[in-house]
Amino acid sequence: MNAVELLGITKRFGDVVAVDNIDLAIADGEFFAMLGPSGCGKTTTLRMIAGLEFPTVGSLKIFGDEVGTLPPNKRPVNTVFQNYALFPHLNVIDNVVFGLKMQGVDKATARSRAAKLIELVQLSGLESRRPSQMSGGQQQRVALARALVNEPKVLLLDEPLGALDLKLRQEMQGELKTLQRELGVSFVFVTHDQEEALTMSDRIAVMHDGALLQVGSPEEIYERPANRFVADFIGQTNLLEGTVENQDTVCLTNGARVAASSAFGAGTPVAVSLRPERAHLVDQGAAAPGQSFVDGIVESVTYLGNARVYDVRLDWMKLEVREENRPGAMLREPGTAVSVAWEPSAVSVVGD
Amino acid sequence: MTAVEQPPASPPGAADGSEPRVATPEFEAAAVRQESRRGFLLALPAYAYLVLFFAVPLLIVIEYSFATRNRFGGTDLSGWNLDSYAKLAEPIVRDILFRSIWLAVLTTAICLLIGYPFAYYLATRSPVVRNVMLVFVMIPFWTNFLVRNYAWRVILGHDGPFTQTTEFLGLGEHEFLFTPTAVVLGLVYGFLPFMILPLYASIERIDARLLEASRDLYASGWQSFRHVLLPLSMPGVIAGSILCFVPSLGAYVTPEILGGAKTTLLGSYIVIQFLEARNWPVGAALSFVLMAIMLAATIVYFRKGGRTL
Repeated sequence: MNAVELLGITKRFGDVVAVDNIDLAIADGEFFAMLGPSGCGKTTTLRMIAGLEFPTVGSLKIFGDEVGTLPPNKRPVNTVFQNYALFPHLNVIDNVVFGLKMQGVDKATARSRAAKLIELVQLSGLESRRPSQMSGGQQQRVALARALVNEPKVLLLDEPLGALDLKLRQEMQGELKTLQRELGVSFVFVTHDQEEALTMSDRIAVMHDGALLQVGSPEEIYERPANRFVADFIGQTNLLEGTVENQDTVCLTNGARVAASSAFGAGTPVAVSLRPERAHLVDQGAAAPGQSFVDGIVESVTYLGNARVYDVRLDWMKLEVREENRPGAMLREPGTAVSVAWEPSAVSVVGD
Repeated sequence: MTAVEQPPASPPGAADGSEPRVATPEFEAAAVRQESRRGFLLALPAYAYLVLFFAVPLLIVIEYSFATRNRFGGTDLSGWNLDSYAKLAEPIVRDILFRSIWLAVLTTAICLLIGYPFAYYLATRSPVVRNVMLVFVMIPFWTNFLVRNYAWRVILGHDGPFTQTTEFLGLGEHEFLFTPTAVVLGLVYGFLPFMILPLYASIERIDARLLEASRDLYASGWQSFRHVLLPLSMPGVIAGSILCFVPSLGAYVTPEILGGAKTTLLGSYIVIQFLEARNWPVGAALSFVLMAIMLAATIVYFRKGGRTL
């Protein structure tokens, strides 16, 4: 059975359509990310699942039960809020115990369950601290314990790592993932950070302007983006504009024909998505047989340590090419004439 | 060896920073001293005012409370005694004291009950609506307090709009001018804004997501209020209650105008002691006790509030 099921869910705020007719099913035990730029409707969708907003229309089920019109305290889900929303007047243990207390769980049981969760998130010894006396990472753990102590059927997380610095964020990513596997509960996770979504999730839903553009595993989303927006938003990419000539060929704007298989009909305007790390720089005319290539001139080089990123100027656009800094990798100075070459299987064709 | 240009020698005591120089501990210390001296000078007028018009008169009042009334209504300051304080135990004074405290508590409680929901409503509106409504809350201040109290006298009085309405509705003739009810009504009317404003200020500062978090954690609407909103707005409740209770306890104008002779309160009784009975020591003792009660109530309230915060 699906943990969460959205069917034809729309949310309007006045004239603004925040979420536009979404169908979505999240499996039990899944680590599910909702990814998109700010204002795409991902947080609104999460809030609807939590019960903090009511859908304008549509069906919203949690483990088969219709919950769309229930208030948040009547739903078997809990939320880790952005910036945590810890109760500033309560210490750690009272924050964690809050949900159990509201449900009328007796004090002794509530305390021992809270103590267990505090241990799980490695905050033992800090029970009597106030949130204001804790670091961001510690507050994050309190927020997790406060939600998980209620044994929710689904845990909702709204940009839970957004307020942490890079190193701590990476650490917490791993911990969250481990925690989710141990508990076996579905985590639904809102983020605008595509790298975070790729690293952590079993599946990702990409949203834009209130619409659901693509749902799939990180590989599917990265390798076979459903459209131009997804290709551009997930990772870095070069979009070479053109039109479909036939199933295996796209004619680029400069007239060059490149091999790229697609299901679009001939004449459809498309873009060929070429990831910077999938392309290589070779001397002009030195592209291997079977490879596609375009000619250009190196405009600038950015040294990243583990790689160099080249900006290559073509006649009609600029391309970004990433060369790993392997032993023997040669530096191509700005001004050098080069060919950007790639295997035909390395690109994907995306439409609007 | 390179010649290093020496900083010009600093003239002693010149710590005004007008000439660029190399920093020294002496300069820093002088700057800190100067800063604190400047702060004191800025506060001096207020200090002087408080000492002259609050501390000194207060000491005089205390001195008079230990004095004796002489036969001609003057005050004998030579022999200090506690006679005036003993007088406060007399039933008539005690009744007035208790009645005053009771009405002040009642006024504060009613203001809190009316003011809290309104302040919450206000704090959750859009900024434009908020500002307009805040102006409405403060509009009564534009009219003189005395005038507004007389207006209530007209409204509640014989043949006034209130009695006319109750009569029209067939509820009979209800005239409660010159009763404690009228006094409480007048006090609530007068001090409600003092309750609403601090409540609004403290509720407005509370992060709305904390209320959402509590609902997410299975709190009902009431539980969310009881366990999150109320404790977090306690500073406003305390400030508002003190601002209501203290002036209600010492109120003079409203009880005089709306209360009539049957409901003498502390404020009126003190005035009577000074102006009519010419018993300054008793008046001074009562004034002092009144202040002590206010101070005690304030301290207790802060302590109690301090724990929940």
